[in-house]
Amino acid sequence: MKGGAAGQRGGRAAKAHRDPTFPIAVAPPPPPASRVTGTTAPLDVDRIREDFPILRQRIRGKRLVYLDNAATSQKPQAVIDAITRFYTAENANIHRGVHYLSEQATAAYDQAREKTARFLNARSSAEIIFTRGTTDGINLVAQSYARTFLKAGDEILITGMEHHSNIVPWQLVCEQTGAVLRAAPISDAGELEVEAFERLLNDRTRFVSVVHLSNALGTINPVKHLIQLAHARGIPVLVDGAQSAPHLQVDVQELDCDFFAFSGHKVYGPTGVGVLYGRETLLDRMPPYQGGGDMIATVTLQRSTWAPLPAKFEAGTPMIAEAIGLGAAIDYVSRLGLDAIATWEKDLLGYATERVSRLEGIRLIGTAREKATVLGFVLDGVHPHDIGTVLDDAGVAIRAGHHCAQPVMERFGVPATARASFAFYNTRPEVDVLVDGLVTVRKMFG
Amino acid sequence: MARLSALYQDLILDHNRAPQNYRPMENANRRVEGNNPICGDRFTIWLRMEGDVIADVTFQGLGCAISMASASLMTSAVKGKTRAEAEALFDRFLGMITGSAEHEKPESLGKLAVFSGVSEFPIKVKCASLSWHAMKAALDQPNAVVSTE
Repeated sequence: MKGGAAGQRGGRAAKAHRDPTFPIAVAPPPPPASRVTGTTAPLDVDRIREDFPILRQRIRGKRLVYLDNAATSQKPQAVIDAITRFYTAENANIHRGVHYLSEQATAAYDQAREKTARFLNARSSAEIIFTRGTTDGINLVAQSYARTFLKAGDEILITGMEHHSNIVPWQLVCEQTGAVLRAAPISDAGELEVEAFERLLNDRTRFVSVVHLSNALGTINPVKHLIQLAHARGIPVLVDGAQSAPHLQVDVQELDCDFFAFSGHKVYGPTGVGVLYGRETLLDRMPPYQGGGDMIATVTLQRSTWAPLPAKFEAGTPMIAEAIGLGAAIDYVSRLGLDAIATWEKDLLGYATERVSRLEGIRLIGTAREKATVLGFVLDGVHPHDIGTVLDDAGVAIRAGHHCAQPVMERFGVPATARASFAFYNTRPEVDVLVDGLVTVRKMFG
Repeated sequence: MARLSALYQDLILDHNRAPQNYRPMENANRRVEGNNPICGDRFTIWLRMEGDVIADVTFQGLGCAISMASASLMTSAVKGKTRAEAEALFDRFLGMITGSAEHEKPESLGKLAVFSGVSEFPIKVKCASLSWHAMKAALDQPNAVVSTE
């Protein structure tokens, strides 16, 4: 039995758009649906920290100071409980059982999709595809959209600050189709050179994929403007939202993006689940990414037909518990409110930037005017890995390395950087521990 | 902090600041790249073999203090040794940094004993061994790229 609710949702638009050209919506976007966006009341971070059991632990006798949130975020008890509850009381496969547990599981899974649709302000939950993560979502679009619709000589435009997961899938599809990958340059501050981006858009450009918030630099790209520039030429745009979804209020209708990909584990949910939002008119035209159970309407030994959205893109038993955990994470951050989260984190990043930049021998990597969450830096004469090791001894978790953004490292002429990345549960005293740790690094290696 | 100072001993910090044999070699007859793609560490090792003997060995590259100091001390340790001696030394060095050679006292490895603290930091084993793997690859074949991932 195919999932009733999911099946009916996708069906209505299935035959409406068969225009071979890219179907940019010509009608004005509908008014934003009402949704819960939380309050802008300041966060009670002391109380919020109690929701995160992992933050209570000590690392080699020191209080854990977790500043590696851009790699993955910690999980509130509500998320852990949702997963435990599912496996304790609701576990069954979805969309096929006639029994009670399967109905429960299906309802919980579908509800997670509804929550995600509201979180992104998608028009319909048929536009929400559950994936393994941001990387999986980008690969889905590269293989299903770009591989199908691009040909030799067409161009795909990205930027010079992409994560490898927004570079390599396009390189693969370029090899498959003969399309050409172009990258818009970034400035010394780590900002996209928007005029150069605009010049790179041309008659051959068939797809644009840009990062919303850079994981290595913290730069917030003006994606709404970039999307307008691309749409003026009829070019669809994917936004890599791996870092923005946890830190910025995202409204896919307001951005008018065609695809938006993010990961559950960076938005305080579990690993193994992610989300691809896709404009329904595009998803309808795209062939399945993978074949298997759940994504079919009918199968004979000769040919098969596809399920309507979103099931068409969810072959096989999905990550049910993880999607439900993601739903709980979305509930959690929505209750705090993305605006309140962004306000807290902006203050914290400002404080950290000011304190760290005053240390001798520090060079900040990524000094864009519009930034969030990420403080990247190098220290004269000290390799970032050694910074990471010394800070770890003080209980401070940061990331050191190329951050899966080697072209960014090359652009700034460094082999690696140290990166502290903040979440709403971090505090100014934790920044002080980071700074004290960096002073120790200076002493050891100076 | 004690654990940390056992890792970053003064000799390691000194060799990190001022590595020995840190230069390309014009008359080398072996040249090998050693990479750790996950860390981004990257070293080039040059060897001049005279018969079975490592007549000279130099290196250049970028990496953390452990990988830098290890490359520096490796060059001093294997210079003048035969291929078999260098390989045997590598085996003993690996035994020490992975903690699998408990019967052997680190001091028997001379200056290389400063890396004994690495066994407490499993993630640093690949840093300490990168240049050694590259050196061994250079002994095995004239031009190779080795990776510790």
